[in-house]
Amino acid sequence: MRLALLALLARGPAHGYELKLELEKLLGVAYPQPNVGQIYVTLGRLEKAGLIEGEEITQSSRPNKKTYRLTDAGREAVDAWFEETSDEPRVRDEFFMKLALAASSGLADHLTLINRQRRQYLNSMRELSRLSASEDRDNRIPQLLIEGAMLHLQADLDWLERCQEELE
Amino acid sequence: MSDTGPTTPPEDPEAAVPADGARPAAEPLLRAEGLVKTHHGEGAPARAVRGVDLTVRAGEFVAVTGPSGAGKSTLLHLLGGLQRPDEGALWLDGARVDGYSEARWAVLRRRRVGIVFQFFNLVSNLTVADNVELPALLAGATPRQARAERASLLAELGLEGRERSMPAELSGGEQQRVALARALVNHPDLLLADEPAGSLDSKGTREVMRLLQRFHQRGQTIVLVTHDARLASVADRVVSFFDGRVADDAELGATPGPGRPGRPGGVGGLVDLGD
Repeated sequence: MRLALLALLARGPAHGYELKLELEKLLGVAYPQPNVGQIYVTLGRLEKAGLIEGEEITQSSRPNKKTYRLTDAGREAVDAWFEETSDEPRVRDEFFMKLALAASSGLADHLTLINRQRRQYLNSMRELSRLSASEDRDNRIPQLLIEGAMLHLQADLDWLERCQEELE
Repeated sequence: MSDTGPTTPPEDPEAAVPADGARPAAEPLLRAEGLVKTHHGEGAPARAVRGVDLTVRAGEFVAVTGPSGAGKSTLLHLLGGLQRPDEGALWLDGARVDGYSEARWAVLRRRRVGIVFQFFNLVSNLTVADNVELPALLAGATPRQARAERASLLAELGLEGRERSMPAELSGGEQQRVALARALVNHPDLLLADEPAGSLDSKGTREVMRLLQRFHQRGQTIVLVTHDARLASVADRVVSFFDGRVADDAELGATPGPGRPGRPGGVGGLVDLGD
């Protein structure tokens, strides 16, 4: 979340709650939403690291709020983030570890593990379909996120079929 | 709707045995027991369906998934009478139908079992309207009833203004919607769908998903065969078919399963594509 917050601040100063709302709107319902506390903690750390600068704004009727702006060092960090490629998801997979250890430990059965995992994936897929239908169709960023997650799941399900073919 | 046409020869004594009305309320709409089907092509015989039991209750939406070659299409063909099982029994609404003749199955498919296929199978030299009205007329509807039914279905499926088009003038997604209208025009008890999105793009796929879901919400019983988990996840129940057998049969959305209590945003852990 550190870099997401820095990237949002590249457009101009904002306070914590604004950043939370902006992030929610951008990513949609499917993305795990950071709570406002996490955002404030992260902003505090970023400030300590010199990547952002906070300015206390006095408010008459409400508690003061703090507005943050990106520093030069912060801007460099965001630029570097966009510059580098991201790791592809999961070569490390806990389910695979279970599958690998099922037979040798004698504690679990391959087919049972596969079926249970498949149910989990199918239920997640169903939840994503539901989210996709509930999310505004024209809201492209959240829709793409959901579509990406569904394609990953489809691959996971295909891979379970392969496991079943090989291990049965 | 009656399950036997007036012209149907009563060649299967067993079909008449379970007296209508005397059935318990819990009688499933579809019941298969020990279905076996072996294909005898070139080379060794391929056992496509190897002893399948399956029960579908009225109003259920069941998806059958599995890798290609698992025999799931063969299973669907057995359920719709397009192929006959080598062994096993099949009941539709309490009546045993696996011994039905081709003619009797044709009547059944016209009135009680609608089918959609991957490649739409529309009659290419008939208009959209005629493709949908034909099965209604064959089932004994008056031309006026058939027209009315066709008009409301096409409107429902977003195909108004396409009545006079020929199938080849339509996109794949549109053709599949016509096929869906044709399958539903006689209000079948059961809708069978064999890879209905298999030749559609992602937009067409979403549309088919949405429509199946909508008809299901109105009470349509559906059995869907698909290798596409996105499509399958719309169903309430997913049967995993593997090597001619049912490997798993799971209700979806029932229990989220143990673990992952703290997963934010429900599927958050999944959507968080490697952070």
